[in-house]
Amino acid sequence: MASSIRVRATASGETTEVQALIQHPMDSGFVKNSKGELIPPHHIETVQFETGGKVVFTALWGPAVSKDPYVKFSFKGGKKGDDLKISWVDNKGASDSMTAKIQ
Amino acid sequence: MFRKILISVACCAIFANGALAAETINPEQDFKEFRQFFQSKFPQVKLEDFVNGPYSVDEGLRKQWIEKEEFPPYDFALEKGKELMAKPFANGKTIADCFPNKGIGIRQDYPYFDAKEGQVITLELAVNRCLEQNGEKPFSYTGDDMASVTAYMAFTSRGKPFDIKIPNDPRALAAYEHGKQYFYQRRGQLNFSCASCHVQSPGELIRSERLAPALGILNAMPIYRSEWGGMGTISRRFTSCNSQVRGVPLKPQDAEYRDVEYYLSYMANGLPIVGPGSRP
Repeated sequence: MASSIRVRATASGETTEVQALIQHPMDSGFVKNSKGELIPPHHIETVQFETGGKVVFTALWGPAVSKDPYVKFSFKGGKKGDDLKISWVDNKGASDSMTAKIQ
Repeated sequence: MFRKILISVACCAIFANGALAAETINPEQDFKEFRQFFQSKFPQVKLEDFVNGPYSVDEGLRKQWIEKEEFPPYDFALEKGKELMAKPFANGKTIADCFPNKGIGIRQDYPYFDAKEGQVITLELAVNRCLEQNGEKPFSYTGDDMASVTAYMAFTSRGKPFDIKIPNDPRALAAYEHGKQYFYQRRGQLNFSCASCHVQSPGELIRSERLAPALGILNAMPIYRSEWGGMGTISRRFTSCNSQVRGVPLKPQDAEYRDVEYYLSYMANGLPIVGPGSRP
């Protein structure tokens, strides 16, 4: 199966800029389906970005984050060719991760 | 006696009108006027930029869009579309096999008028016919699978100008004229035609949304709409537009919708395919 994560990380000077897109329904638990039944909550709880054995970014997400969320941030450090590992875990215990190279 | 003459005169008048209407179906003339209208309404917009819909007429939205395009939300659909096109059916064939050049770079040739059947064939219809002919279940016209396949086809056709032909066939001209009439016909509780928004008021706000010009409006289809939280096909756009004016939408890919697509695509001849697009 194709990865649920798309990531692009570019190093320039001292900082590395990271953009990522994650495919996830992000159901809030407050929305009803066409039959009027509540769609149970199903959303990502934590997202983590690691490079060189160090966590550079952690996000705690909840029901208010949109479907297929997008995140963009930058951090100090990171070189071209370094590995950047991205992982997420959702409230049902499902998870996915991938490793990308910093460009 | 006098009354009889009057009636026959009236009949003649109606016939004369009918004949006149048939003669005035003139796509080339419409094409020129349509283009002139948009270019004089938006003299600052470059012709090829109209395909970018609301972004061609709103600088702020445009900036957001350019940033979004660095990581476009339709990315996942492209991958899925590519997979679906290459996925073998039970008989070993694929969607790609049903299309010229394996479905790559052909978006600009649809819809076309099929002389044998005497009707307009759109890309979405062609995809579902392909599935049915091979004994597969057709996609929902408004669903994600159809959007993904057409998105991938559009993506591989980016930059190619729309090349819609109206053959010199009274049935083709009638389909064109039908589509045009549907486009300008008011409907629904709100009494809006397609043209009320997309010809009369492009660039204006409808609630918080910027209306797109009708010129080149199909070039970016299918689209990822943030409002929908997903992809949408041309069928989805047409049916939901009709519901929004509180009208009763036709069935997706009804002959009339296909005629509208034929009309609008012809109006966009020469403008590049930019689909899939993303819209707020």
